[in-house]
Order: sequence, then C-alpha cells, then structure tokens
Amino acid sequence: MYAQMIKSEATTDDPEKLKEFQARIDDDIKVEPRDWMPEGYRKTLIRQIGQHAHSEIVGQLPEGNWITRAPTLERKMILLAKVQDEAGHGLYLYAAAETLGVSRDDLTEQLLSGKMKYSSIFNYATLNWADIGAVGWLVDGAAIMNQVPLQRTSYGPYSRAMIRICKEESFHQRQGYDIMMKMAQGTEAQKKMAQDALNRLWYPSLMMFGPSDADSVHSTQNMAWKIKMNTNDELRQKFVDQTVPQAEYLGLTIPDENLTWNEKKGGYDYSDPDWSEFFDVLKGNGPCNVDRLEARNKAWDDGAWVRDGLMAHAEKKRAAKTAAE
Amino acid sequence: MSKEWPLWEIFIRGQHGLSHRHVGSLHAPDAEMAIKNARDVYTRRNEGVSIWVVEANNISASSPSEKGPLYEPSESKIYRHPTFFDIPDEVGHM
Amino acid sequence: MANVDKEMLTQFLLRMGDNTLILGHRVSEWCGHAPVLEEDIALANTALDLIGQTQLWLGYAAEVMDDGKTADDIAFLRDAWDFRNLLLLELPNGDFGQTLMRQFLFDAYQSILLPRLMKSSDQAIAEIAEKASKEAAYHVERSAETVVGLGDGTEESHKRMQAALDRLWPYVGEMFASDDVDAAMAAAGVAPDPASLREEYDALIGKVLSEATLTIPDSDFAHKGGRNGKTHTEHLGHLLTQMQWLQRAYPGATW
Repeated sequence: MYAQMIKSEATTDDPEKLKEFQARIDDDIKVEPRDWMPEGYRKTLIRQIGQHAHSEIVGQLPEGNWITRAPTLERKMILLAKVQDEAGHGLYLYAAAETLGVSRDDLTEQLLSGKMKYSSIFNYATLNWADIGAVGWLVDGAAIMNQVPLQRTSYGPYSRAMIRICKEESFHQRQGYDIMMKMAQGTEAQKKMAQDALNRLWYPSLMMFGPSDADSVHSTQNMAWKIKMNTNDELRQKFVDQTVPQAEYLGLTIPDENLTWNEKKGGYDYSDPDWSEFFDVLKGNGPCNVDRLEARNKAWDDGAWVRDGLMAHAEKKRAAKTAAE
Repeated sequence: MSKEWPLWEIFIRGQHGLSHRHVGSLHAPDAEMAIKNARDVYTRRNEGVSIWVVEANNISASSPSEKGPLYEPSESKIYRHPTFFDIPDEVGHM
Repeated sequence: MANVDKEMLTQFLLRMGDNTLILGHRVSEWCGHAPVLEEDIALANTALDLIGQTQLWLGYAAEVMDDGKTADDIAFLRDAWDFRNLLLLELPNGDFGQTLMRQFLFDAYQSILLPRLMKSSDQAIAEIAEKASKEAAYHVERSAETVVGLGDGTEESHKRMQAALDRLWPYVGEMFASDDVDAAMAAAGVAPDPASLREEYDALIGKVLSEATLTIPDSDFAHKGGRNGKTHTEHLGHLLTQMQWLQRAYPGATW
C-alpha cells in the first residue's frame, strides 16, 4: 500500500491511560492532536502518514513521465490534473502529519536521505502510454482499497485528509480504466501496449498490499489502534476479485496461470508475487529507486534559492510594515 | 537547513450565504501568497467564493483536559497545527 | 465569423493557440519538480489553463480552416515551420526564476491583449477571450508577485532573476512586431494592432520589475520569426518530438 510494512512503536505509557485511550478508540471516538495519546501511537502515525505523503509525491514521477508525451490535448489535461491532485494529496497528508509535531521539511529531509520509505510501486517504470491507464486502473484501484476504510481511522486529521483524498480520487481510477478501454479496443499496437502494461504492473500492484501480515504483532497493534483497518491479505483478495472481471471485460490476460475461481471461498485463487523482488525494491534495488530519489533531491536542492528568496522578501515586507506602524 | 515557510490555516466560503469553513493547511511565506496558494490548492474544483488565511500559530483554541473523561475540552491553549476542525461531509463541494 | 480573409484569420488564431500550446507544454514540464508543493500545484494550474485555452483557439482555427481537421490534428501533426508561437515561449524552462520571468512577461501581454479581444468583431474570439482573460488576470497577479518576491529576496534570488530578465528580454519585442496579418485583423475589428499595446505593457512590467529591484536591459533588439513562421529556435523541434511522438508513431489510432 502507500504505507507499507509499518512497524508499530513500543509504548511505555501508564497502563491506566492506555486502557482509557483504547476504550475511546473502541468506541470510535476520534483522537485529536491535543488529546493525550501513547507515544507509540504518535510515532507510528508519523511514520505511516509520512510514508503515505511521500508516496503521493514520489508517485507524481512515473505518471509525470508521460505528461509531455500525452497523445491528445484532453489526455494531457486529464493526466496533468491527476498528477497535480497527487501533489495536493501529499500536501494534505503532510499537514496531517504536522499536527503530530513534525515539520514538513523534516519529513522531506528524511525522504531525501532514504531514511523514510515510500510505496514500492513507484519504483517501477512507465514505459508505454498504456502504463498511464494501468497505473490509474491498478495502482489507484489498489490504493483506493486501502484508503476507503482509512477514512474511518482513529486519528482525526488523518481521517479528514483521507475523506478529502477519496473524494478527489474518484476520477483517477476511472480515467485509468478509460485509457485501458481505448487501448484494448484500439489498433493491434495499442492492444499490445495494454497487455504489456498489465504484464509488468500486475505483480507490483499485488505487492502494494505488502506481505501477509496475519501473524504480525505490528499489524495487530496497528489494527487495535485503528490506524490499519484490514489485513494485507484481505485487501489483496478484494483487489484481485474486483480486478479480474475488469481485465476480462478489456479482453486482457492477467499474467497468472494459477488464477482460478474458488467457489468455496467465493474469491479467486492467485499466485503470490515474488516477495524477494519486493524486499529488493524496499532496499533500494527496484528498477527506478535511484532515479526517483535523484529527481526528488534535485527538485529540492534546485528549489532552495526560491524558497529562501520568497521567505526573505516576506520578512522584508513584514519588517517594513512594522517600522511603518 | 533554511527556514521553513510558516503554516497557514485555510478557511473557504464554499457558496454565497455560507460561513467560511476550515478546509486544510498549507505553507506560504506571507499572507498574500497564502491566499494565492489556497486558491491553487483548495479550489481546484471551483470550491470557493472567498478565502481566509490565518497563520497557524495565531490561532487560539480550547484544549482537552486531563481530568474525568480524559478528553473533554477546558483550558485554553494555542493550536500550533490545527488541521483538525471538522469538515462535515455534507458541505460537499468544498 | 468576422468579415475578414480566412487565411489571415487562421494565422491569427494559430498565433493565439500556438502561444498557449507551447507555453502550456513548457510549464507542464515542471509537474513533480517544482521548488515546493504549493508552487508545483500552482504551476500545474497555469499549464492546465493554457492547454484549455489552446483547445478553444485551435478548435476555432480548425473550424475556420474547415478541412476536416481537429484541434488535436493541428497541435500534433504540424511540423515546426507551421507553428506561429512567440520564440520566447519555446525556449527551455531554465531555472525556476527563468520560467517565472517568462511567465510574467507573457502573462502581462495576455492580460492586456485578452480584454481587448473581448470586444472583437468576431463573436467566437470575444467569447474565448472572455474566459481566457479571467485566467490571465490571475496568472499575471501570481507571476508578478513571485517575480517581485524573488527579485527583492536574497542576493542569490535577485541575481538569478536579473539573469533571467537579461536572457529573455531580447524575446519581448516580438510580441509587438506587427505585420500584414495584424493589419488585416485591426482593420476588421477582430484584434488590436499589437504595436498599440506596447505602451501599456511597458508601464505594467516597468512597475513590477522596478518593485522587484530589477533593471530592464537597455536594448530594444528583438529576435523575431516565431509569430510569422519565418524561423524558430532549435528548441521547438525537440519539444515537438516529445509532444507529437505517439500521434506520429501510431498514425490513425484513437487515444
């Protein structure tokens, strides 16, 4: 997911307070920034929301890769608006994290130094135009699986950010599927692009949910705190069940020979992605990790004089105003 | 590291006749840029007719107390980062 | 449609549409790479406005040409010699300062031209101008404020903005170089003679650039050729190879 493998932080707070805190969460009462919260809850949330925000920002890059090559004026506008939304979503999420006492600049520095992670999916390349369709259809589709339940997360600012994001996201998956339909019903070359995109992005999309965490203590704690709403396997199953008929409608083949309907469980059986590849990507060895971090670092470094310049001007103006008063 | 742009809280009147509602936060060097940034960030879908911006550390707010039910508001303190005014769903296109 | 030579009217519309097409494309290159999130989002809005205006200008050009082409055909299937945009707009982005300086120089022009076009004798042009002028009014407000902030910011930001102005100044004069197309438009009441906009333009940018503590170069030399199609910079061809790639590589496909 956009926030993957989030370890819960140990908490050493007063057990009485912890009990009351948990009771409140169990009652679905939102935690707000100035409320007492366990240190572990706060730290885990910073990590999760920060990683989610970073994913939105780095996620601009693979799709941004096609903005200047979009094939029509309308497609260019739709794609630009979508990638812009991702910047907006990053902004909302950073703001939610900032309520926990961390600055956006701090979080940014941690992303740029590689200390904080972002979703594995954005380390994959977008190689043909159908990838832009597939990213909307599969990647946003997978993200929405996770984000819809997160609207009910226990932390107020995070929940409100997710509500706003989900409202804006609704067009993202649709525009992706719309591209896929055009491609799948198009020329032979376009069909080939569509199948190629699905072949490359299917397993990385399944990886977005993270490895099975049914037995993970972190997952159990995070679910109790309602900062994680479902297990990874639950969401992945839901995603596969939703996506298979959509692929069939397009006339595309999901690259999994073991994909079969399982009547008993009422869902599809499917092959696991190659988890060793997933861990390689997390370690920085995905196809685009280096490119992505280089691009973010360059934007940040090249922009320093702009941020400083505008700040300096604002301070001059303030000083002049104070002097005049 | 350079000095970070201050954080601003953004309030938007979605339609004529409604009150301004808190919609979120952003960073800007000063109030004028905060208003422009708010227009670009928070009215991408034509959500607003009027924008207020307040530097976050100028907001005073009630805060939850430690007694009784841990969480009832009493003493007054300053919110540093109040991204947390409720945004009702039914406001819709804000 | 105004009572004016169709060929001339087409040229005028291509000038309007190619300006926004090429600048919109350049600005869109920033998406995901701007100095701060708020600027990233604002630049994308500018690019979106410009590309939206392009659809209108080139859409109307297609209507006037009346040979079965669409706005997309015009944007994606012409070669460099057919483009009628200002040379200023096809120059590479440079640093953020150069991008914003170019934006301001163009926004200032549009903010003066478009309100005049709202009174065009051509109803379709007046309608496009009405929509576009609202957007241009905001663009110039924002780019002017940023140019002032950076010009009168730190020593480094000042230096970079002055360098940007020096670099781009020789491309400003082309905006006001009138030719027979402009004369025909002015005679038919379709559009003002661009030369007549210069005074107002100089006043506007003079005020902003002086507030930005920047010095306008003492030269009225102007590179020309984009708007009349006589020549372009080497940069336009590279821009088109990206922009037109899919349409060229897979002719006849729908996207």
